[in-house]
Amino acid sequence: THDLILHGSCFPFLNLAHAHFIFKMAAVQGGLADTNEEKDIKTEPSSDGFGNNNANDGRVLSTSPGSSASAGINKSATGAPEDQQTLLAVLQFLRKNKLTESVEILRREAGLPEDSPELKGSDSSGAGSGGAAGSGDKEGGDASSLLSRVTISSSAVAQTSSVTAAGEDQPDVNVVLSAYNQQGDPPLYQVYYSGLKKFIESVLDCHRAELSQLFYPLFVHMYLELVYNNHESEAKAFFEKFSGDQECYYEDDLRVLSSLSKREHMRGNETLMDFRTSKFVLRISRDSYQLLKRHLQERQNNQIWNIIQEHLYIDIFDGMPRSKGQIDAMSGSLAGEGKREANKAKVYYGLLKEPEIELPLDDEDEEAENEEGKPKKKKPKKDSMGSKSKKQDPNAPSQTRIPLPELKDSDKLDKIMYMKEATKRIRLGPDNLPSICFYSFLNAYQGLTAVDFTDDSSLIAGGFADSTVRVWSVTPKKLRKVKSAADLNLIDKESDDVLERIMDEKTASESKILYGHSGPVYGISFSPDRNYLLSSSEDGTVRLWSLQTFTCLVGYKGHNYPVWDTHFSPHGYYFVSGGHDRVARLWATDHYQPLRMFSGHLADVTCTRFHPNSNYVATGSSDRTIRLWDVLNGNCVRIFTGHKGPIHALAFSPNGKFLASGATDGRVLLWDIGHGLMIGELKGHTDTIYSLRFSRDGEILASGSMDNTVRLWDAMKAFDDLETDDFTAATGHVHLQDNSQELLLGTYMSKSTPVIHLHFTRRNLLLATGAYNP
Amino acid sequence: MAEERRQKQCSVSLPTESMKAMAESVGVGQLQEESCAALSEEVSYRIKEIAQDALKFMRHGKRRKLTTNDIDNALKLKNVEPLYGFQSQEFIPFRFASGGGRELYFYEEKEVDLSDIINTPLPRVPLDVSLKAHWLSIEGVQPSIPENPPPAPKEQQKVESTEPLKVVKPGQEEEGTIQGKSQGATPADGKGKDKGLIRLKPRSTHELSVEQQLYYKEITEACVGSCEAKRAEALQSIATDPGLYQMLPRFSTFISEGVRVNVVQNNLALLIYLMRMVKALMDNPTLYLEKYLHELIPAVVTCIVSKQLCLRPDVDNHWALRDFAARLMAQSCKTFSTTTNNIQSRITKTFTKSWLDDKTQWTTRYGCIAGLAELGPDVIKTLILPRLTVEGARIKAVMEGPVVSNIDKIGADHVQSLLLKHCASVIAKIRPQPDNMEQYRTDYGYLGPMLCSHVMKARTQAALQAQQVNRTTLTITQPRPTLTVSQSGLSGSAGSRTPSIIKVPSSLTLMTPRPGTPSQPSPPATKYIVMATSAGASSTQQYEFTSVSFATSTLQPLVKLESGSGPGLTSSRPMQKYIVVSLPSSASSSLETKSSVLPTSISTTPLEAAMKLDRSESPGASTQSPH
Repeated sequence: THDLILHGSCFPFLNLAHAHFIFKMAAVQGGLADTNEEKDIKTEPSSDGFGNNNANDGRVLSTSPGSSASAGINKSATGAPEDQQTLLAVLQFLRKNKLTESVEILRREAGLPEDSPELKGSDSSGAGSGGAAGSGDKEGGDASSLLSRVTISSSAVAQTSSVTAAGEDQPDVNVVLSAYNQQGDPPLYQVYYSGLKKFIESVLDCHRAELSQLFYPLFVHMYLELVYNNHESEAKAFFEKFSGDQECYYEDDLRVLSSLSKREHMRGNETLMDFRTSKFVLRISRDSYQLLKRHLQERQNNQIWNIIQEHLYIDIFDGMPRSKGQIDAMSGSLAGEGKREANKAKVYYGLLKEPEIELPLDDEDEEAENEEGKPKKKKPKKDSMGSKSKKQDPNAPSQTRIPLPELKDSDKLDKIMYMKEATKRIRLGPDNLPSICFYSFLNAYQGLTAVDFTDDSSLIAGGFADSTVRVWSVTPKKLRKVKSAADLNLIDKESDDVLERIMDEKTASESKILYGHSGPVYGISFSPDRNYLLSSSEDGTVRLWSLQTFTCLVGYKGHNYPVWDTHFSPHGYYFVSGGHDRVARLWATDHYQPLRMFSGHLADVTCTRFHPNSNYVATGSSDRTIRLWDVLNGNCVRIFTGHKGPIHALAFSPNGKFLASGATDGRVLLWDIGHGLMIGELKGHTDTIYSLRFSRDGEILASGSMDNTVRLWDAMKAFDDLETDDFTAATGHVHLQDNSQELLLGTYMSKSTPVIHLHFTRRNLLLATGAYNP
Repeated sequence: MAEERRQKQCSVSLPTESMKAMAESVGVGQLQEESCAALSEEVSYRIKEIAQDALKFMRHGKRRKLTTNDIDNALKLKNVEPLYGFQSQEFIPFRFASGGGRELYFYEEKEVDLSDIINTPLPRVPLDVSLKAHWLSIEGVQPSIPENPPPAPKEQQKVESTEPLKVVKPGQEEEGTIQGKSQGATPADGKGKDKGLIRLKPRSTHELSVEQQLYYKEITEACVGSCEAKRAEALQSIATDPGLYQMLPRFSTFISEGVRVNVVQNNLALLIYLMRMVKALMDNPTLYLEKYLHELIPAVVTCIVSKQLCLRPDVDNHWALRDFAARLMAQSCKTFSTTTNNIQSRITKTFTKSWLDDKTQWTTRYGCIAGLAELGPDVIKTLILPRLTVEGARIKAVMEGPVVSNIDKIGADHVQSLLLKHCASVIAKIRPQPDNMEQYRTDYGYLGPMLCSHVMKARTQAALQAQQVNRTTLTITQPRPTLTVSQSGLSGSAGSRTPSIIKVPSSLTLMTPRPGTPSQPSPPATKYIVMATSAGASSTQQYEFTSVSFATSTLQPLVKLESGSGPGLTSSRPMQKYIVVSLPSSASSSLETKSSVLPTSISTTPLEAAMKLDRSESPGASTQSPH
């Protein structure tokens, strides 16, 4: 038990994300292991409990609607209660596993009172932390009358006083664990729902759009309640009657719901697990909320009120109610909108200072000198780029915020090449569109699943469904392996061209095939120095390949399920991967275990991307949200909602300020990272967007899609049109004008070749790739 | 709509019969109804779950098609063993079986002998993945190269040509054309509701790049040049290349002018080449030809009915050109005729009018009849059959009367064989069985007896084929839609459709535009009158009739009619399937017909070419016929 104690005492110091992760993993396991009946039974209740914990965690971040609305208690729940909450969660976990000794020790260490009510009474408490239905609350009168029929009291009201609150109406904790208990007459559900519907339809126009947000989560939870309590036919009737009212972008989820008609089905279903474990977040203006609350109180509509209390998180803001358009722009994700608080953290989106490199003579100078017959001489010349970036950007993270690898000589050479190329870069703009060179993969037989270019555009790598990874050289320079160890011994190591001598001329070819994976390769990424290649596959591994020897160096095992995407940090060394297990992992190439786990997504992590300054990682997910994670501490610093389908493409603008995302809904959304706001919507594609890329100077955004088109967008205009003053209002809702057509600069159709990757060369030539589907 | 669909989604589940069938297949009999229901719900739910996961794999595989591998991977996610060995590249051929009041769909798994697999030679190694680069866009403009899609898809071409006046702001159009760079970007017009809008027909420009100009030059030269191989290549290019839209006006003018000139010069070879170009253009699926019919149709019609198409009408086989052009005409009627342009009725009128004219030359007469006959059995029935007696008398006058000129005789001979060929099949279908020589003579005059023998031959042929078809259709499970589509005009009335009576108003819309529509053979007199009044309909078409130089020549042997339109004649077997299967035989038989002409006729280059066009016209006839 000593180990356990240590373990337990460590727990409070973990951050929330980790706790989240552990719970999530339990949930995932519970969901996926339904072949193993025994295990299932074990994990099921635990995931329930964690679900509630998660909800509690969420609640900690802000005040509950009830208290902030009527009691006017301000956002008091910050640091301290947060820790306490986590602690309680841990205690609950230990308690459930009958580790009473550890509980005692932990409680002693944390200085918790021995007999805090929510820890007493039952073997699985946790949810009890939220017990004590508003007993200490000012508004207790109406609230408790409302809640009088309720068997569970919501944890919402009482969290500030959770530790000390006395429990006269102590809830039955077991009921809380079964998230959907019997709460009313099943046939009346339709009446409840249509009553609310009638009310919402009758309110003033300005409130209607806001309150309409309630429909979907209420619908889902009421349906699930019916199913959970085995009212199959009522559930079906309920679904048929009201599913048509829901917004069309929830169709995918509704399809999942519709297939579910039995309590047993709920067990393994991940989507449902998400509905149960996470709270659906709504943003509603105070006026609208008051209206709703008054209505529900008048009608004594406890049923709906309970659901709102238990399963919804209502983020109330002061000010004008939002319009339908504003709401539609932000909604659509699996769990509602991101909370405003979630996007408040400071993000250092600025770029890191470029290392100062002495730039040798320009080509022109060299030529000129050669013509004049002068001998070459190296004179140190200040790089203009370097001097420009000398001023420290206030938004940039400090150079050492995360340890970055030292620049090697070869890296410096590459930087020099980059700068030289940059001087020849074409300035793009609406009047000066880039040329597009299309690399078609022929004879791929629908098997091409991922593509990447090196930054200098000299190599292409393709991942295929037949588990192979292929690398092509698109320059005349052929791909060569390093000689074998025996041959290397024979080389004169002092010679100048030793790097040339180590290569085996016999192996020169235009393409190389890398074998090693045992499933389709879904993600692929070159290291910035072109020495390594990463590939992630259905087999659950990420592999690191050497482009010197064309062999596999490391297989990173951690994801147990398909790994959908992987991406190298722009500074090398680190990389991120994300997959079906809903966790994105940060790795370093020399560690076989992940350095960070970014957990929080409610569905598969479909794409991952490093910020240009390597301090942040963006992940897109099937839960239709984008999250930005801090590499330093693993925290989620931004949640962007608004997509209506799984996200398959992400791109940071070169200045690090903006993020573009593309999804199966065919829309590109633009986000301001610093303010955490959606700032643009680009409509035009008719199918999944698989690739997004900003031009090197950030003027043009290129998007490639399954609909066989490459589209170019005026990124400068999209960002400039923005009224930055509005941001300070910090209401979090922007009014997007529908100017996609004006921003669209060009559409280029390929001949039945879906565009799955785009890349701007250093001189701003756009390269596009896809597999030709005859 | 969406609601309906959703409700469907909600209720879809496997039928309990499936559960029973599956239980039986694994040896569990007598499954209770309740367990079946419970099972089916559970199974449906699990299948849906797996399908949803499989979709994820499809999306990440960057595909639109769900494959069996996706399902396997989804099963793996659930810790279920995937279905090993269930590989399917394309569709899974589910077979249907019924019996005992149950209907089953099953996947036929054949037992394979291992030694068979081992002994079969290895299949060809599939081509390796390769990379190919091309310019998708050069500084914002998409070059029209074969690697890129055609600049204007057919739909857009159609919209451009048919869209009536668009609302355009003054000056906006200019901007649009200047800003050609953003060609793909749909212009934001149509939403402007400002004052002072002018309705303008959008101007479509057809600028040719240097490459396109070169291409055009090469193609046209190859098409009318002397090298047959090059010509074949050029025609192939016209028929398949997607980027010809910009050149279409040029091609159209080239053909129209070419026909005009070469008819005057009686250059049969060139006329044939030009017709083959028309054919190639019509075959190209990416071109919207409707805009250029006003140039192409007169050219084609000229090649059908012109008095003289060659320098030596006695020896040159200009008949083949007429036949070919007539088929082209029929094809364009079928594809382009609408109720607005009335192409078919106008063409029919043109043909009938000149046919009815007593002074019409035999060559033109032949062309008219060929043109009409190709339009389908209904046209033959309504327009040609009633005229058989008159025409027969005319032929008799030439054949048996005093020798006026050899040319006339050849002409009459050709007309006769043409009539026999086309009419026999139709008569065989509409006339009751006993074929009496005398009866035929009274009904059809001079041509009667010959018709009778042809009809009998056609009947036996049809019966024979029907038998074969009967045998073969059983094995053919896949319908072959291409056949039905391409030949529907001919086969339209081959079945047991009852002819509907079409009221004939005295207006221009006398004829139903579609060949397939059967019409009651109305008394010829009324019809002719209407025809005469509508003479102006085709006034835009110009025909260059040049004087015919008469010369005597050898008689060509009668064309041997093999089957006409084949088993379509079997009126007692009105099954669609037969029609479908037998159709190519009409094409192939016409081929045979031609080839029987060939050895005796003086073979000149144009004739060879004509042969080629016949072949090219019925591609795959041999492969499609079931025997």
